Amino acid sequence: MTINDKKGRHETVVPAIELVNISKAFGAVQANKDISIRVMPGTIHGIIGENGAGKSTLMSILYGYYKADKGEIFIKGSQTSIPDSQAAISAGIGMVFQHFKLVQNFTVLENIILGVEDGAMLRPSLAKARKSLTELAKEYELNVDPDANIEDLSVGHQQRVEILKALYRQANILILDEPTGVLTPAEANQLFRILHRLRDEGKTILLITHKLREIMNITETVSVMRRGEIVATVPTSQTSPEALAELMVGRKVLLRVDKKPAKPGAKILDVKNLRVVDEVGIERLKGVDFHVRSGEVLGIAGVAGNGQSELLAVLGGYQKATGTVKINEKPIEVGSASQGQSRRANGLSHVPEDRQQEGLIMEFTAWENSVFGYHHDAGIQNGIFMNNAAIRNEAQAKIERFDIRPPDPRLKARNFSGGNQQKIVLAREIERDPEILLVGQPTRGVDIGAIEFIHRQIMTLRDKGKAVLLVSVELDEVLSLSDRIAVMFDGNIMGERLASETDEKELGLLMAGVKTGTN
Amino acid sequence: MQKIPQWADVVLVPLISLLLAAIISALVIIAIGQDPIEAVKLMVIGALGSTYGWGYTLYYATNFIFTGLAVSVAFHAKLFNIGGEGQAMIGGLGVAIAALYIPWPHWSIALLGCTCSAAIFGALWGYLPAILQAKRGSHIVITTIMFNFIAAGLLNYVLVNVMRPPASMDPATASFPPATHLPTLHDLLMPLGINFSRTTPANITFLIAFLAAVFVWLLIWKTRLGYSIRSFGQSGSAAKYAGINPVKITVITMLISGGLAGMMSINTTMGEAERLILNAPEGAGFIGIAVALMGRSHPLGVVLASLLFGFLYQGGAELAMWMAIPRELIVVIQALVILFTGALDNMVRLPINALLTIIQKSGDAK
Repeated sequence: MTINDKKGRHETVVPAIELVNISKAFGAVQANKDISIRVMPGTIHGIIGENGAGKSTLMSILYGYYKADKGEIFIKGSQTSIPDSQAAISAGIGMVFQHFKLVQNFTVLENIILGVEDGAMLRPSLAKARKSLTELAKEYELNVDPDANIEDLSVGHQQRVEILKALYRQANILILDEPTGVLTPAEANQLFRILHRLRDEGKTILLITHKLREIMNITETVSVMRRGEIVATVPTSQTSPEALAELMVGRKVLLRVDKKPAKPGAKILDVKNLRVVDEVGIERLKGVDFHVRSGEVLGIAGVAGNGQSELLAVLGGYQKATGTVKINEKPIEVGSASQGQSRRANGLSHVPEDRQQEGLIMEFTAWENSVFGYHHDAGIQNGIFMNNAAIRNEAQAKIERFDIRPPDPRLKARNFSGGNQQKIVLAREIERDPEILLVGQPTRGVDIGAIEFIHRQIMTLRDKGKAVLLVSVELDEVLSLSDRIAVMFDGNIMGERLASETDEKELGLLMAGVKTGTN
Repeated sequence: MQKIPQWADVVLVPLISLLLAAIISALVIIAIGQDPIEAVKLMVIGALGSTYGWGYTLYYATNFIFTGLAVSVAFHAKLFNIGGEGQAMIGGLGVAIAALYIPWPHWSIALLGCTCSAAIFGALWGYLPAILQAKRGSHIVITTIMFNFIAAGLLNYVLVNVMRPPASMDPATASFPPATHLPTLHDLLMPLGINFSRTTPANITFLIAFLAAVFVWLLIWKTRLGYSIRSFGQSGSAAKYAGINPVKITVITMLISGGLAGMMSINTTMGEAERLILNAPEGAGFIGIAVALMGRSHPLGVVLASLLFGFLYQGGAELAMWMAIPRELIVVIQALVILFTGALDNMVRLPINALLTIIQKSGDAK
């Protein structure tokens, strides 16, 4: 088949990638259904969709990790079968994964030739790679020190190495899976510049993301996926974030948070000179000070891995630290790592960053999870036994109040979608009516519909006069929910701003560790 | 992925595994020139055909229930307690000390006291590996195996040098006083008009094993402690978040596990031998691992698997006695059962799962 038999279109250009009726099912789940896309060469094509919409499955098919049940793949007009990633590479497809596939203690050069060495001795391959790396760096502004160890590079530079790896393998088509998830706004902008440059040099880029703003900023065409299907492919210039969100979810979505003016009261949480040294002796928190008042949300912004997780763990009572933490003027124990029960008794609730590793027991039912952490409460005991019937009934009621689906408390946590799992955690923590709520990454891996609901719950709690500490790597989320924003970098708080008086640019600089102006 | 129905999970899969083990065993028996049908007949009659056979089957099953429960409890906290054997040996020491040095007025009080003593000694032997695991990170699989050897050595020393009656040449304690002798199933069933074989070792401990199974069921699924144990086993990081102290849970779980393994020695030492001998558990601590695997760490499953292994032990002994099948082959058959029901579980489970999904799908399509 050639492109000429396609009716209704009159391009003379052959698409770089054309997928025709790709379908893939896992058991009863139809992950991809009759997907047809054409990606034109020399463009940036975005694929957007919620978690579980089938984006990753589609990319895995394109990169040879999965085999499609039916459908055809055309690369530059010729039908290509991609049984494994070697075939994808020789078809000119390069993939940059969300989680990099780099050997940490190898140098950049060694990583680049890994798997494509020409012969038993490394020296000629390394020399060849060094030469071509210099050329690539010049051509695409992809500057990386070829002799640096990966572990010494910043995340943004590691990502460049991934891109270089693909280019070194002669990739003409680059697939990037959620590439900005781990980058600061500045690093993300640099990445976008590189992508533009690559596009101008004739490369084709397929960008997978759930961030509407990225799609609007850098793509030429966008395809929206919902429940395994492509629901629309439109030129980016002819659409809007609201329209895309509606296509993704299938109904109208409120993208802005409805925020009433804050009425901050007394200091509920007061943290002074908090320091954490981890088990290998690295200082993760380097003397952090802040406070949270009743009726306000303090947002902690920052790139993942700058001490936010440790901060939540200390406040949640399962990480040793030094310094003082007061709840309602009363000092609490921070020198021991098993204070979870006493924290809860002090009116602190915690929605942890990772619901699958921390917030829930995936193999427990929803009703068992509904008291997780509170299983010692007097109210749910029946003599020496737990009152399981009462817990089940209460869980059923919570499921209805939080619209958790499917509404069955006997289902295991792992059988719920990400958004509904998060609602199970949220229902448990918010319904305790805590004095202070810690929330980590409340909407990570949660679909847009549920995000709206979760944000509303957090704002309701704040308007009831509770203190909320919000940690998120999504800058948009921090900006729209918080009253004050503290930015963490390398275990320190770089600065604190009022949400109404700052913007993404200023916060982005702080996130990169650059001190700006005064508080 | 469709979920496999519960009946298939707990009944169908183990049955098919057993059948496969039986088929291969039959092939091996044919290969050495014997008749497998004859062998099966002999095993069934030998183990279940008389109250004598039942007496031995239940006696073995009692041992396996205790050690199987011990492994199960630990397994709910994802602790792999391989030390049931050693914990049972030291439990036996607890029984012997209590039975010999305390003047018990009646067997019932003696049973209570000796059970406590057995549990405490067994728990102590589980405590040390638990502390090493929880505080120092020494892997519990390694330490519990090591502690089996230490237990054997310790018992050897105690029996030869301390507790052996001076005139005896046998590395064993003196016989326990008559007031500590437990009623056998013969004694218990006589008032009901059932003439149970007088010569078998099955005794009242069988009922205690049942009580222990009920206790474990309540503990694991109905109490806060069981909830904490299961949480810790399913996800250490989540347990930390919930304020569950990992050191405390590890130690408490191993105390319970060791205690259960120790209680096994009531059956062997107080019920059967009526004195403490070397190597009293005879490998029951290890069979407990297979029993727990096959019973999916559920007390009911453990009881059923224990009965099966009791049958295999007694039936196997009969085979060795009456057919030209060597003793070693019996071990092979038992090993095949362990292999198929424990280690190769997924080999059967996954195809069955796929098959049921297909059946369900075609059912839905109609």
